[in-house]
Amino acid sequence: MDQVLFYAAAALALVSALVVIGQKNPIYSAFGLIVTLCSLSVIFGLLGSPFIAALQVIVYAGAIMVLFLFVLMLLNVRSEQDAPGRGGRTLGAIAVALVALLVAQAGAVLVRAEPGPAPAFDASTQRMAEILFSPQFLYVFEATSILILAALVGAIALAKKDF
Amino acid sequence: MDHPSFVHHAVLLSLALFGLGTLGVFLRRNVITVLMSIELMLNGANLAFVAFSRAAGTLDGQVLVFFVMVVAAAEAAVGLAIVIALHRHKDTLDIDAFNVMKG
Repeated sequence: MDQVLFYAAAALALVSALVVIGQKNPIYSAFGLIVTLCSLSVIFGLLGSPFIAALQVIVYAGAIMVLFLFVLMLLNVRSEQDAPGRGGRTLGAIAVALVALLVAQAGAVLVRAEPGPAPAFDASTQRMAEILFSPQFLYVFEATSILILAALVGAIALAKKDF
Repeated sequence: MDHPSFVHHAVLLSLALFGLGTLGVFLRRNVITVLMSIELMLNGANLAFVAFSRAAGTLDGQVLVFFVMVVAAAEAAVGLAIVIALHRHKDTLDIDAFNVMKG
């Protein structure tokens, strides 16, 4: 049962990731990305991380994607025109070749690696909170709140009319 | 609870997602689609973190995923604000239109 769910979610994530980069209309890309994020959340859950799975849906599929869709609606974006791609075909071919090389190399290493038995693992929300608020990560956690505040002020300042 | 090969295949999936995101950054011409491809790459990295955290049996990888999500939220907010400012300036979202640093 778990296996069926895992491979179904993985296939769905791959297909919808292809939709994200394959669609000319960015609205369809955004919906594809939402499907990718939700199926990744299923995979996080199956890997024994319920906290990250919930965050994925709430923060990514909820907050960030709503922001994307809001901007897409606000700017009334049309599909990309069928003009020749940027930098022509050469740049695209080089990019495809480089990414294929990267994926092939890392994939070759990974395919040869033997999957070992996974150790016992407790990633409950309580354990996550104990680690996040331990002295090791507490200051990093507080720093991220300053980062979020700075991003908030920066976003408002950038999007203001008389910029 | 979970199959040992899950970790392995999750890392392969994260590699594929990262590759697809990179391709999107290179090949798409709409600024917002490029930003979404960057989110795809970040999610590939997150999946690798979670898979390796599962394999190692420690929670440090999951804490890193938490911070990556925070940074991704900040990045999306600032990035989309910049996109709005650019659209107001040039009335287009084609990435080729934004090729000078001068305002």
